[in-house]
Amino acid sequence: MAFTVQHLDAWYGRKQALFDVNLSVEPQTVTAMIGPSGCGKSTFVRCLNRMHEEVPDARVNGTVLVDGFDIYARSIKPRHVRQHIGMVFQQPNVLPTRSIFDNVAMGPRINGTAHGSALRELVESSLQQAALWDEVKDKLDAPATALSGGQQQRLCIARAVANKPQILLMDEPCSALDPISTLQVEELIGQLKESYTIIIVTHNMSQAGRVADRTVFFLLGKLIEEGETKELFSHPHKKETEDYISGRFG
Amino acid sequence: MSATVSERDSSAPNPFQPPQSARGIQRQFSNGCLVVLATLFALLAVGVLIYLLFILNGIRYINLDFFLNLPTPNGEPGGGMGPAIQGTIILVGLASLFGIPLGIFTAIYLSEFGRGRLANVVRSLVDLLTGVPTIIFGLFAWVIIVVPQQTFSGFAGGVALGIIMIPIVARTTEDVLHLVPREQREASLALGATEARTTLRVVIPAALSGIVTGIVLAMARVAGETAPLLMTAFGTTFRNSGIFQPMDALTLRVYNFTLSPYQLQVNQAYAGAFVLILLILITSFTVRWFTGGFRRRF
Amino acid sequence: MQEQVTVSGERGVIGRSLDWITTRFGKKPTDLVFRGITLLLVFIVIATVIGVAAVLVVYSWPTITTFGLSFLTNQAFDPVHNKYGVAPAIFGTLYTSLFAMFFAIPIGLLAAIFVVDFCPRPLRIPLAFFTDLLAAIPSVIIGLFGFLLLAPWLQQTGEPWLQQHLGFLPFFQGQIQGVGMLAAGIVLTIMVLPLIIAVSREVMLTVPTAQREAMLALGATRWEVIRYAVLPFSRVGILGGVILALGRALGETMAVTMVIGNQASKPSLSLFQTGYTLSSVIANQFGEATPGIFLSAVIEAGLIVFIITLITNILARLLINSMQSRGAKGVRV
Repeated sequence: MAFTVQHLDAWYGRKQALFDVNLSVEPQTVTAMIGPSGCGKSTFVRCLNRMHEEVPDARVNGTVLVDGFDIYARSIKPRHVRQHIGMVFQQPNVLPTRSIFDNVAMGPRINGTAHGSALRELVESSLQQAALWDEVKDKLDAPATALSGGQQQRLCIARAVANKPQILLMDEPCSALDPISTLQVEELIGQLKESYTIIIVTHNMSQAGRVADRTVFFLLGKLIEEGETKELFSHPHKKETEDYISGRFG
Repeated sequence: MSATVSERDSSAPNPFQPPQSARGIQRQFSNGCLVVLATLFALLAVGVLIYLLFILNGIRYINLDFFLNLPTPNGEPGGGMGPAIQGTIILVGLASLFGIPLGIFTAIYLSEFGRGRLANVVRSLVDLLTGVPTIIFGLFAWVIIVVPQQTFSGFAGGVALGIIMIPIVARTTEDVLHLVPREQREASLALGATEARTTLRVVIPAALSGIVTGIVLAMARVAGETAPLLMTAFGTTFRNSGIFQPMDALTLRVYNFTLSPYQLQVNQAYAGAFVLILLILITSFTVRWFTGGFRRRF
Repeated sequence: MQEQVTVSGERGVIGRSLDWITTRFGKKPTDLVFRGITLLLVFIVIATVIGVAAVLVVYSWPTITTFGLSFLTNQAFDPVHNKYGVAPAIFGTLYTSLFAMFFAIPIGLLAAIFVVDFCPRPLRIPLAFFTDLLAAIPSVIIGLFGFLLLAPWLQQTGEPWLQQHLGFLPFFQGQIQGVGMLAAGIVLTIMVLPLIIAVSREVMLTVPTAQREAMLALGATRWEVIRYAVLPFSRVGILGGVILALGRALGETMAVTMVIGNQASKPSLSLFQTGYTLSSVIANQFGEATPGIFLSAVIEAGLIVFIITLITNILARLLINSMQSRGAKGVRV
């Protein structure tokens, strides 16, 4: 699914966090959001699946068109949006009281999209897409907390993918992981992009360079520059972009 | 901008607005139930409280006689709960005499000195104390004081109430002492002060408002206790004659008059209840006010 | 501590002895005294706790030796014939407490969910204040409400209605008296409710936002978030709170004594029957008890209450503490 963001503003209470952001994203691409801490990249991504409004006193203004439909239309319920736009968080947040299988199956279960054997197949394919199946296929009933950090994050990816979203949002998914797990997840992203449109927030510019087709640079709540990743890093158009990339601040 | 960014294709179904399914209806229903029931029950809890506060209309039975006079026999008019009120004040005072030092020093021990097994045992024992029904402490005081002395006494009542105060004071004090930063103690000790001076002159003053809160709450709590007084202070309808004699208390009088066959005495019970509830209201409100409970973290 | 220094700069006799104490014991004399006082007072507290238990055991010894375990099963508390048993009292205690838990748990849990998840901001603090207030109301006042208002209403309106419409159930059969198990159960529910609300609220507030977000991101409704993320995470702490509340209900004296009727009936499932509880036995019989077996029986009732509440208290704290060691914030009850 392609999507377009038009004139997006966002607030936390009185404080405005995003200023008139405009962006288009192609289907089946990986787009990286980079920028210094507090620049609004996480806020922006959370506006894409209507998670931002769950924060008390948060507000959003603007349009986000996914395949032509505005997800902020009054008649649309946030939970339907989130079913189709999945999210993986910075810290793996598996449900600790449930098994590996139940974690992955949670989305389809509550949304009623698969039952019985179809559900089992769905869980298996999701775990395979997350490159976790071989490691857990014999212990699907083990508690999710029995897995290592890297495995738990891949479990979260499997869980998000089991809901069959079209768009996958990833908010600094590797920042809590060790280098080996990070590389595994990055490899995963390369495979996942064949089926999903992926947005990844990262504070690690080399990661953006490795996984993303296009990169977007945010600063102080504004979208400064956006372009093909190699282009952006070698020939940035804006001075702020260049300053950030060359490490003058960050 | 690429050409694949589409305009709305009005014949395509909106994936974000799926048709109403049985499952969807069920989910909405469960969710709705939750909201309704949760709100209802919360209101119920508040409603019960407000209804109970109706007892405040016992105020119409309050007059000067109430505060000064003795109860009249057989519910004749003009009686009051003077000795009962006086008794409660004396009993709370006695209880504080026992409970406050024991509670505070236990807290000091647990917070400043206690190490290892003994401290854990002490902490567990104090926690245990909070779960014991208060009538048991009445039995205890009865055995060790009333029986040897061959008389009910306010003193025994004070002891029973004091035991109830110990864990309340100890726990709130210990919590508050823990909040005092370690650096303050270290600074004081580094300047050459003794542990005693550090604790008494530095740590406790820093924690004072919390300690006072705990004490006030404990005092309000024991002012409302009845069961332990049944077999210690026992109550009396005459003037209180010293703490080593039976002594009346507001709670005892309210208990007694509530069950009385005489309407005038029942009215007095309402009046007594009014005083008790007012006391609780004032204490709760004041404590919250001073500890910033009205500006909380919610 | 003033240093004892003579004019010439040397330490005098007193000063030298104090120094000796400091070297010998590793602490200055003031501190020794301070520690001594502290330890003394702590010791008094320990002695009191042990003393309470000891007194209960020692003074119930006569009945323990006379009746043994049959004390728990004998049907009558009969001073006239010197036969003592607390089976009806245990029944009364359990029946009323279970009634209270049956209603207080769902009401309290849902009310807590309201406070944590739905409550509009400006209402939060007044609501917390009201719940604390409800918890602080003295037992005798709830008893006053129960005896003067609830029981008469039950007798005239409540219980007849129940009997008329639901009389096919054993709970609503039997003679209607106003006071009785139902009144006592309602009164206990009121007393126990704020405790459950408070503990559940505290425990649910410690659920990390990340857990809720995990469910939200999958498209969950509010109820689904609570059912799959919040409640499982806090179930241990909530259970602890429930057990604590049960302990409170089992030991509650005044309010129950005033509305339960204090008269033996043939134990049945009827909510309308009168009866008594262990604590009400103590409260009522104490004045009558003559020294000897009678008194010893009353005190043994106290011992049983003590042991029951001890067990529930320990259990509850173990559960709540295990939640704390899982990283939840301290829940102080």
